[in-house]
Amino acid sequence: MPLRSAEGEVLRPSGPAAAVVLASGAGSFSLGLLSVLTAASQQVSDALTFSDRVGDVSGLTAVSAVVFFATWGVLAVAWRRADPPLLRVAAASAALIALGLLGTFPPFFNAFGG
Amino acid sequence: MVIGGPFLLAFSGSLVLLLGLRAEHLTVEGIRGRVTQLRLGTTVMAVMAWAIVLIGTWVLLPWYGEDTPDSPRSILLSKSSTRQWHELADVWKTHVAYMAPILATAAAALVGYYGRALAHDRTARNLVLSLLLGAFAVSSFAALIGSLVTRAAPLR
Repeated sequence: MPLRSAEGEVLRPSGPAAAVVLASGAGSFSLGLLSVLTAASQQVSDALTFSDRVGDVSGLTAVSAVVFFATWGVLAVAWRRADPPLLRVAAASAALIALGLLGTFPPFFNAFGG
Repeated sequence: MVIGGPFLLAFSGSLVLLLGLRAEHLTVEGIRGRVTQLRLGTTVMAVMAWAIVLIGTWVLLPWYGEDTPDSPRSILLSKSSTRQWHELADVWKTHVAYMAPILATAAAALVGYYGRALAHDRTARNLVLSLLLGAFAVSSFAALIGSLVTRAAPLR
């Protein structure tokens, strides 16, 4: 029997919601991190070039999408009945998104280029 | 236009529905109807955001960056006055744009998970609002850069 609020709404654990919020931070951070790594290393750039016509953006974006969905899936299972503090998870996710924004800024990632 | 239009409509509709989704202002039927529409709006927004970035990456980017003298990328790089349009603006847009579908998908997932409980849970509503605004901000930035780059070097 699920727990209910005074208004009769089913009270849901915050785990599955926290999972997708943190996964969005992880996916965004992955975009920034891979942007820096492709600028810093020709080997990483080559490995992420899934399509010659698109360049390393093809792998960078595909891997980041996989990171988002995989993190979401894993955390959703791990936290399906957990109740992590949603605001703290959101703050961590916001920090990851901010780092992702910084990492995708060309003058920043080009500073790591050889 | 075909994809961007529904994306904008879905964002506007979702924003209005979310801001008005308060248990103290709505009947149970009202909450149910709004949540159904909000689910539709955020899902359409997420699907359109993925369609936009996938088409941009796999269809438009190869045309833009073709290794020919008349490709938009070559035109922009050929002059020092337009070089930054590629090296800063277009490259940043290409990299950052994927945050829009990620954030929009997270918003749609939260709406799907909380459902009618959103009307009672201010924290969850604010989270959905933040994700929607983030997705819209990133996609607006990318669209603005895209249109300015297209003006500087039209895609033929």
